[in-house]
Amino acid sequence: MRLDYPSNIKIVRVPCTGKVDVMHLLGAIQKGADGIYAVGCLEGACHYNEGNLRARERVEHVQKLLEEVGLEGDRVRMYNLSSGEGPTFAAYAKEMTDHIRSLGPNPLNKLAKV
Amino acid sequence: MDPAKCTGCGECARHCPVAAVNEINQGFDDRRAAYIEYAQAVPLAYAIDPDACIGCGLCENLCIAKAVKYDDIERETTLKVGSVVLSAGSQGYDPSGLDYLGYGKYPNVITSQGFERILSAGGPYYGHVMRPLDREEPKSIAWLQCIGSRDTNRCGNGYCSSVCCMYAVKEAMIAKEHIHGDLDCAVFNMDMRTGGKDYEKYFLRGRDKAGIRFVKARVHTITEVHETGDLKLQYTDETGEMQEEIFSMVVLSVGLKISDSSVDLAKRLGVELNQYNFVATNPFAPVTTSRPGIYTCGVFQGPKDIPGSVTEASAAACLAGTDIAAARGNDITTVEVPAEIDVTEQEPRIGVFVCNCGINIGGIVDVPAVAEYAAALPYVVFTDQNLFTCSQDTQEQIKEKIVEHKLNRLVVASCSPKTHEQMFMETLEACGINRYLFEMANIRNQNSWIHSNNPEAATAKAKDLVRMSVARAARLKTLKEKIVPINKQGLVIGGGVAGMNAALRLGQQGFDIVLVEKEARLGGFARKLHHTIEGEDVQAYLEKLVQEVTANEKIKVLTEARIVGFEGFKGNFATDIEVGPEKKLQTVKHGIIIVATGAKEYTPKEFLYADSDRVITQVELGDRLEEKGAAGLDSVVMIQCVGSRNDEHVECSRICCQNAVKNALHIKTLNPDAHVYVLYRDIRTYGLLEEYYTKAREKGVIFIRFDSETPPAVKPSSDGDLLVTIKDHILRRDVEIRADLVTLSAGMVAEDTDELSSIMKLNRNPDGYFIEAHVKLRPVDMPGEGIFLCGSAHGPKLISEAISQAQAAASRATTFLSKSEIRLSAITAKVNTDNCVKCLTCVRMCPFGVPAFNTKEEVIEINEAICHGCGVCACVCPRQTIQLSFYEDDQIMCKIDALLAEGM
Repeated sequence: MRLDYPSNIKIVRVPCTGKVDVMHLLGAIQKGADGIYAVGCLEGACHYNEGNLRARERVEHVQKLLEEVGLEGDRVRMYNLSSGEGPTFAAYAKEMTDHIRSLGPNPLNKLAKV
Repeated sequence: MDPAKCTGCGECARHCPVAAVNEINQGFDDRRAAYIEYAQAVPLAYAIDPDACIGCGLCENLCIAKAVKYDDIERETTLKVGSVVLSAGSQGYDPSGLDYLGYGKYPNVITSQGFERILSAGGPYYGHVMRPLDREEPKSIAWLQCIGSRDTNRCGNGYCSSVCCMYAVKEAMIAKEHIHGDLDCAVFNMDMRTGGKDYEKYFLRGRDKAGIRFVKARVHTITEVHETGDLKLQYTDETGEMQEEIFSMVVLSVGLKISDSSVDLAKRLGVELNQYNFVATNPFAPVTTSRPGIYTCGVFQGPKDIPGSVTEASAAACLAGTDIAAARGNDITTVEVPAEIDVTEQEPRIGVFVCNCGINIGGIVDVPAVAEYAAALPYVVFTDQNLFTCSQDTQEQIKEKIVEHKLNRLVVASCSPKTHEQMFMETLEACGINRYLFEMANIRNQNSWIHSNNPEAATAKAKDLVRMSVARAARLKTLKEKIVPINKQGLVIGGGVAGMNAALRLGQQGFDIVLVEKEARLGGFARKLHHTIEGEDVQAYLEKLVQEVTANEKIKVLTEARIVGFEGFKGNFATDIEVGPEKKLQTVKHGIIIVATGAKEYTPKEFLYADSDRVITQVELGDRLEEKGAAGLDSVVMIQCVGSRNDEHVECSRICCQNAVKNALHIKTLNPDAHVYVLYRDIRTYGLLEEYYTKAREKGVIFIRFDSETPPAVKPSSDGDLLVTIKDHILRRDVEIRADLVTLSAGMVAEDTDELSSIMKLNRNPDGYFIEAHVKLRPVDMPGEGIFLCGSAHGPKLISEAISQAQAAASRATTFLSKSEIRLSAITAKVNTDNCVKCLTCVRMCPFGVPAFNTKEEVIEINEAICHGCGVCACVCPRQTIQLSFYEDDQIMCKIDALLAEGM
């Protein structure tokens, strides 16, 4: 479909969002990513039954942890779509980028420079 | 175009000067004459539409991959085959000829196929629900059912298309989700036929939760409101009143129709068709055509949904394969793989190949700069760029470079691993390097294709993606794919029609089968049935089937048998069985299991069934008609949905409507003067069964509809007969019918499999039916590999459906039994027991129940033969002592690190 979406999105392949670990999400933010999101199958349609539900729990957990240390929890998100929904994927990529731009750069990057 | 050479780049379509109607989007947009039907097409190869092409030859000149064979012509090829499967499918009914609908005249009247495209994210409006006239979001949509189905009057199609009720509910549900404001959805229907497994729950969700309206009416006129483009629908409601309603849009739920080309094909092959051009079959041989050696499946066999089609496809494959079973294993080429070189102690030596993909990547991304950049990355000892890295000659070049530079890791920066990973892994293997030492950077689909307007950003991103992949490649480990032997004996549980058919088909192919039946004799529930609705003799069929099964020397039948113990995994099961009155214990070792435990008739608590011998079930009525005929039956009232579609049993039992019609017709044949009333909620005579419903009405059987809120009542009359009271919709008052006999269409209930499912760990739904691995794609597989499902153990169904499902299960089982060993995926979870604190989190969280605590060794074990490789356990392990091979934590984290190391 070749739908345009922002080039600052880089994809890391995992077998299932159920393999997206809290450490991966937290680690990315800690190391300076402005945002990170997991894209899983539609709820109820996980190839591995419930991996995407586990991922959502973890994303929500990480959001809380980030809030606790004074960062915007919303830098980490979870999206769901089916593999036939290219336009939705592009729309989410754009939405996430716009959202992160509105939040501004990851404050940890500034701290690191100071 | 040569699909083997086409890379799917789309340059031909981009430059093709000719526009053509895009059929896949139902004409809502257009495409080029050089085109691909849809983005998910397999293979992803373009084609030239000869009808639209003007012959300019531009595409041939443009194609760098040399895939366009411009002067290619149609050729005839002769193939010598042992069997043929006819699966020509169907097309949607074209409603252009039905002038009262205004299709083709009013833009906002569209077919359901068109609406599917409108809902699709890849469709003409990218998934936004808009009406064609003005691209406005509709405020209300009406679905009109039975367009081109159940209509002998206007189009001559006397069959039900079986799928339209479900898809109308689905389309309405999705439309409601997609629309931002309120959307009124109304489905105009005669009967809602949601009789498949778990379909009733879906229908109820649409009606009660999503608020879809279901109107019992057939719309007779549609006219357009000129000012708005809205549509005025006129119809007569159930009480006989004329009604008018305005909708923004109308969707015609078009039925399934066999195309003229399929009819020609059948004629050429000498295969008999029925009056509606479906392939003529017998209920006891549902996928066998009139011509020996030719089988059929899908809608060409008869109207059906996807699960039914997929099931029949396997059934046809089973019979086609049985005919040529003796030739199994011939014509196989084995790829010689050299012995693997042990590189575990070696420092990583990574080779990076960057692909131009013609101009797909190279036209946007500065490929030489990416290759040069890659050369400077850690552990990279060789880089190259190719015009097409996937071409056959490049594979040879890669092999040479692997040997020449002693590469022990390979990174290809090109397209998607989904399509090309396997091929490059094989290239590695051919050099004696473990296939898992491979990593792909997708710089086409995830980069050059989508950032084509910003080549600089695309080049920078390509470098990022390559850097991430190189980092991961350095951390990849050699993985071994375990090989397990397959025990070639099969176990079939249940000796009814389904179980016997499955056993017989496997036995005929030369596999040893143990058939386990809990009763003293084979036959199951079919023992209680006399004739199918088509008039076929069930007992004669059963007799023959039992004889064939017992005579087959490959099949060992165990009756009065009970399964008491079970262990093992795909290819290697062991089951303990107590056999005979003396309960002699034996252990059977087997490679596959087919579950065919069946179902039985519900015993009604309703309508005086327990109190009056004049209230009987349909099965009992079948017995009575067989034994005594219709003598003394002047008035028979049948009540549908007894023990189905209620709070206790939510689902429809699927078979009772046709059962009632069958018995009603039987009574009318024996005694044309008898009055037969069928009190129903929706008559669900799907597919070709509709013909019998029509016939019953012609013969004078009276069908009276009732709502679940106003059910009929049965009471004894003073003269010993029965009185049935029902609210008549048209008269709008209660009607009393005197009956000699009340017949309850008692639903089906699953056999008691509590013990079996707990011993064998087989999942059942709340109604007690076993659950398939995937409703549509794997309808006869169970979630555990090597275990298959057929017959009424899966859900209520007709004998013909049970037979095709049994053949399908046998076919799926053959995919295991025909091999002597299977290679397991190496992508499985591994526990480091040293760090494990035995918290059992993994045991609780695994969606497949794989991790187990070995009480003897006191360790957690994950059996790699049954691990699905999702990685949930690895993520929940608080000690991080479980790792998923190929996706170990540092193999994922290093990519994030590599990305962020250079800033974003």
